[in-house]
Amino acid sequence: MSALADAKVSGSGPVLEVRGLTIALPLGSDRAEAVSGASFSVKRKEILCLVGESGSGKSVIAQAVMGLLPNTLPVTGGEIVLEGENVAHAGRERLRELRATRMSMIFQEPMTALNPVMTCGDQIDEVLREHTQLTPEHRRDRILAIVREVALPEPERIIASYPHQLSGGQRQRIMIAMALVLEPALLIADEPTTALDVTTQAQILALVQDLQQRHGMGVLFITHDFGVVAEVAHRVAVLRLGKLVELGEKNAVLKRPQHAYTKMLIGAVPSLQTHGRAAEGASEPVLRTVGLCKTYYDRGWFGRRREVHAAQDVSIEIRRGQTLGIVGESGSGKSTVARCIIRLIDPTAGEILLHGQDIAKMSAAELRPLRRKVQIVFQDPYRSLNPRRTVLEAIIEGPVNYGVRRDKAIERARQLMDLVRMDPASLNRYPHQFSGGQRQRICIARALAQEPELLIADEAVSALDVSVQAQVLDLLEDIRNRLNLAMLFITHDLRVAAQVCDYVAVMSQGRIVEHGPAAQVFGAPRHEYTRALFEAAPGRDFAFGSA
Amino acid sequence: MLNFIARRILATVPVLAIVAVLVFLLLRLTPGDPAAILAGDAASADQIARIRISLGLDQPIIVQFGIWIGHLVTGDLGESFYYKIQVADLIAQRLEPTLSLATLTILFSVLVSVPLGVIAAWRFGGWFDRALMGFSVMGFSIPVFVLAYILIWIVSLKLGWLPVQGYKRVADGFWPYLQHLILPSITLSVIFIALIARVTRASVLESLGEDYIRTARAKGLRESQVLIRHALANAAVPIVTVIGIGIALLIGGVVVTESVYAIPGLGRLTVDAVLARDFPTIQGVILFFSLVYVGVNLLVDLSYVFLDPRIRY
Repeated sequence: MSALADAKVSGSGPVLEVRGLTIALPLGSDRAEAVSGASFSVKRKEILCLVGESGSGKSVIAQAVMGLLPNTLPVTGGEIVLEGENVAHAGRERLRELRATRMSMIFQEPMTALNPVMTCGDQIDEVLREHTQLTPEHRRDRILAIVREVALPEPERIIASYPHQLSGGQRQRIMIAMALVLEPALLIADEPTTALDVTTQAQILALVQDLQQRHGMGVLFITHDFGVVAEVAHRVAVLRLGKLVELGEKNAVLKRPQHAYTKMLIGAVPSLQTHGRAAEGASEPVLRTVGLCKTYYDRGWFGRRREVHAAQDVSIEIRRGQTLGIVGESGSGKSTVARCIIRLIDPTAGEILLHGQDIAKMSAAELRPLRRKVQIVFQDPYRSLNPRRTVLEAIIEGPVNYGVRRDKAIERARQLMDLVRMDPASLNRYPHQFSGGQRQRICIARALAQEPELLIADEAVSALDVSVQAQVLDLLEDIRNRLNLAMLFITHDLRVAAQVCDYVAVMSQGRIVEHGPAAQVFGAPRHEYTRALFEAAPGRDFAFGSA
Repeated sequence: MLNFIARRILATVPVLAIVAVLVFLLLRLTPGDPAAILAGDAASADQIARIRISLGLDQPIIVQFGIWIGHLVTGDLGESFYYKIQVADLIAQRLEPTLSLATLTILFSVLVSVPLGVIAAWRFGGWFDRALMGFSVMGFSIPVFVLAYILIWIVSLKLGWLPVQGYKRVADGFWPYLQHLILPSITLSVIFIALIARVTRASVLESLGEDYIRTARAKGLRESQVLIRHALANAAVPIVTVIGIGIALLIGGVVVTESVYAIPGLGRLTVDAVLARDFPTIQGVILFFSLVYVGVNLLVDLSYVFLDPRIRY
C-alpha cells in the first residue's frame, strides 16, 4: 500500500507497467497463448495506442489489466503494475476497489454498453454509490459536473434519459463521464470510436485528448485504425498474434516502421488520395435512377403520421466497367438506395432504369427474370451466409433456381472459386470454417454466380481487418475489370471510396449533396458537408498507403 | 399512457364475448340432461319434463342463449340448478380458498424460482445449475395428484407436521388458515418453480452475455449488484410473461389440488358443477376464470412499459 501512496503523491513513474504478460488460451485454440510476453508502459499524461488486427490479443490485454478476463483465459506469466501495485493476481475485492477509482474502461459499442433499462444518471450514480460515501446531493452535483465536462447539452435532461433516447455519440460521452467521474489514473479505451460516424468520431477523439490533458491521465487506447492512431497517439505499440512486434513514438512508427508486419499494416491503409485512373465516360449505362424516393410512414393510432424521408430525389447513373461510390454516414440513406435498386424494398417514387427498362414498380413476377442481373454483397460476412449450407450450395442455389443444370452450376462454382482466389476443393465446407475475409470472397462468388451486370457492395469491406480489406478491394477491382461489371459501392469510409470509385455521390439525410468524378470530389469538395467529412477523417495529415 | 390502458381494456371485451358464446354452445352440445340428474334415479319422465320446463331447458337454444346474455350484461349469472342460489354468490363464497391458494402458490413459486434461476445462470454449467435443471425436468414430469399424495403421506401422516386435508377460513385464525394451505401450495408450486426458474435462468443467462454487464463489472460493482440491477432487470420481461402464464395455468391446477386436499374452492365447485350438469354454474365459473385470465394478461402487458423504457405504445 505504501508504494501505491508514494506513486500517487510523487506522480512520477508510469501509471501502468505491463511486464512480460502472458495469457494462455484454452486447449485446442489456434495458438497456445492469447498474449505472449508483452511488455509496455503507459505514462502519466500519455496516450499509448495498442494497435492490432482482430485476434491480435489487444482487447485481451485491456481486460487483463481490468481483471475482467474469464477463467478460460488465465494470466500465466508476467506482471501488470498499476501505480506501483502488481494487480496481475490481485484478489477479486481489490480489483473491484480499483475499478472506476484508479482505472476505468470505455468500450466499442456505446449502443449496447449501457444498461437500457436504467437512466444515464443512475448509471453514473452507481459508480459514486459503490465507491464513495457522498450524500445524494453531493453525488448529484458530481454527476452534473462530469456530464457538463464531457460537453453534453442540457445535463439535467440527459441524466434523466434512458440510453435509447440518446445518439451514439452522446452515449459514448455518458460512458466517458461514467469512467472519469472518480478521476482514475488510467483510462483504457477499447476501440471507443469504431462504431461511430466519422464526424462523431472526430469529436469523441478530441474529447478524450482534452480530458486526458486536463486530468493528466494515462490512456491505453486500443484500435485497429491507423487514422485514429495518427490523431491521438503519443506512442504506438503494434501487436501481432499476441506478440508485441513494435513499440515507439508515433511519428517514428508511422513514418519509419521497422517491423515487416507494421510496414504491411500501414501500407494496407487506403490513401485518401484518389487512384487517378481516368474514367472513360463512353460506356453504356447499366442502371440509372431518376428522382428515387423512399419514405417510411409511422402510423399513429389516431391518424398521427410521422414521415421519415430515407431517400429523396436520388438520381444516379452506373456505367459498365465503372464504380460509383455512395459515401455517407449512418442514416444518410445510402443503404436504402442500394436496397431500392435491388428491390429488396419498394421505392415510394421515382424510376429505376435497368438498361432503360423501369423496374421501380414492376411486380414480383415481372421482376424475377431481371433479378439476377443485379446482385449484392453485404457488410457482415458472418451473418450473410446460411451456416447450415455448404459453400457449394450457397453458390449454386441462385443459378439452379434460374434453370441452370446442376452439374453446369457446380462447374461454374469451381471457376468462381478460382476467380475469388480460393481453393475449389473447399466448396464442400461450411461457412464457419472460413475467416471473415474468406467468407466475403464466398459472398462475392455467390453474387457472381448469377452473372450479374451490376454488382452492389454494401459496406462489403467495412467489417474486415485492414490487410484483408486491401485484398478484397483488390479482388473487387480485378473482377470488375475482367468481367466488365458496373459496380455500386456503398461505404462510410472515405479512404476506401478514394481507392475504388470512379464517381462518388455524397449522401446526407437522404439526399445527394455532391456528385462527380472521384478525383474532383476528393480533390476539391464543393459542398460544406463533404468538406466536413474530409475534415473529420482521422489521420488525413499522414500519407498512408504509400509506404 | 391512459389512452393505451383504455385501449387495452376495450380490447378484452371481444375476447370475453367469444368466450361467452363458446362456453354456452359447448355445454349444450355435450351429452347429459341436467333435469334427469336433478330429478334422481327414481324420477318419472313426467317429473323430469316438469323440472326441464322450470329450468327453461325446453326453450330453443337460441332463446336460452338470448335470455342468458340478457342477464349476463346486467351482471346476473343466473341461479344454480343444483345449489339453488345465485351463481355470483356461489362464486363469491368459494373465492376465498381458491384466491388464497393461488396467491400463496404464486408468491412461493416466484420467491423460490427467481433467485434459483439467477444463481443457476450466474454459475452456468456448475453443479447448482445442473441440479436445478434436473429438478426442473422432474418438476415438469410429476403429476400434481401424485405429488400431493406423496407429500400428504410424508409430511402429514408420517411426520404429523401439517393437517392432511380440509380448509380453515382466515376468519377462524391466521395460523390454522395458513397450516391448511402450506401443503397444497407447495404441491402446486413445484411445476411453477420448475417453469419460472428455467425461464429466469435462460433470460438472465442471455442478459449476462450483454455488453452492459461488462460495463457494470468494469465500474467495480459488486456481483450481487451486477446480477440484480443489471442482469435481472433486463431479463424481467420474459420472466413476468411466464409468471402471467403460470397464473393462468394455476386455474387448471387448482381443480385437481382442491379435490385432493378437500378444499372447498372454485376448483371443487367446477368439478361438482360439471358432474351435476349445472349449466349456469359451469358457465359462470368459466367466465370468471376467463375474466381473471384476461385481467392477468392485461397486467402483464401493462407491466412491460414499466419494465423496459424502450417499449412504448
